[in-house]
Amino acid sequence: MITFWLLAPIMVAAALGILFARKAVHAALLLAVVMIGLAIMYALQDAPFLFAVQIIVYTGAILMLFLFVMMLIGVDASDSVVETIKGQRLMATVVGLAFGLTLVLGVAQVSVGAITGLEEANAGGNVPGLAQLLFSNYVFAFEATSALLITAAIGAMVLSHRERLTPKLTQADVAAQRMRDYAEHGKHLGPLPTPGVFARHNAVDTPALLPDGSTAQSSISRVLAARGTVRSAPALADDIEELTRQLGDDGTATSRANIPGRPDATPKGPIEGDPADSPKDGSPETGSPKDDSPKDGKGGQA
Amino acid sequence: MSATPFIVLSAILFTIGCVGVLTRRNAIVVFMCIELMLNASNLALVTFARVHGNLDGQIAAFFVMVVAAAEVVVGLAIIMTIFRTRRSASVDDASLLKY
Repeated sequence: MITFWLLAPIMVAAALGILFARKAVHAALLLAVVMIGLAIMYALQDAPFLFAVQIIVYTGAILMLFLFVMMLIGVDASDSVVETIKGQRLMATVVGLAFGLTLVLGVAQVSVGAITGLEEANAGGNVPGLAQLLFSNYVFAFEATSALLITAAIGAMVLSHRERLTPKLTQADVAAQRMRDYAEHGKHLGPLPTPGVFARHNAVDTPALLPDGSTAQSSISRVLAARGTVRSAPALADDIEELTRQLGDDGTATSRANIPGRPDATPKGPIEGDPADSPKDGSPETGSPKDDSPKDGKGGQA
Repeated sequence: MSATPFIVLSAILFTIGCVGVLTRRNAIVVFMCIELMLNASNLALVTFARVHGNLDGQIAAFFVMVVAAAEVVVGLAIIMTIFRTRRSASVDDASLLKY
């Protein structure tokens, strides 16, 4: 009983959170809370098999599938707040509240009678009892379920299948294409430059610096640039003075004067022939070409 | 313990799922709200199984879970396909059948 009254508010709050969460990932995690709560409710009500199945199938398989598809589609494909039908959200809320009130009041009025309890039915164990029923009374439904599952598996394969329209590129084709690019456009033949490796930061979101202090645009992934999550090395160096002061080091101003890539180090402009046009105002997200890549995951196919 | 609190909780969760389907625009969130409604009905089924003292309700809940799993697989595949062709997971954008 205590378990129920502890869990029920958490579950209702999490379920309400699904309604108000802006990001789909948050909604999925809140749904996981509700589902695990439901599993415990099943355990409370003498249904240990369903308790296990709820956790394994729902939170384990179905929710992971949701998250998987969410990651494929793009986590930032968030909900639009534009109403296509005027007043639809308000109406839906009002109707939903009325429905919920009716349902809860109606259900609360009903007296379900004396509770028999599952002690007798579970006498030989819950799982054997379920199996007994499943393979006697419900055996036809069970067989139909197998057909349903096969249909669903084939359906998912058919739906997610995509015909290959162009021949698959082999390694030789890629090499030939590179040579052709080099011959025709003078594109660099070798691999792209690696991202920057600095004393305090060496992740892939920091572009490498060219000898003149400007950033090498080709050293960061296009995806990171499109999402606008590129950091700039000069910005990372900003709190060095603060850090050295904390360490009790003096004379930082002089030792810092010739760090390449500082915001105040005057660059000589981009290197000849480099595709990067190297913005230099030192703000953390300057390196991202924002104009041709909107963040909402709808770009690319305008 | 009495069965009414469980049924009321199930009704509340079902209502929240309903409102979610009506208000949310992201197809995946709408789908999650449908799952919430299925789960709420499962809770009612399990509760009634306890009230009546036999396991048929639990069997029904089990079948609901199986069907929900199959439904999620196909539904998410459809959402993926729509996203691939229309670059959007919003239910408002998939309105071509209207015209």
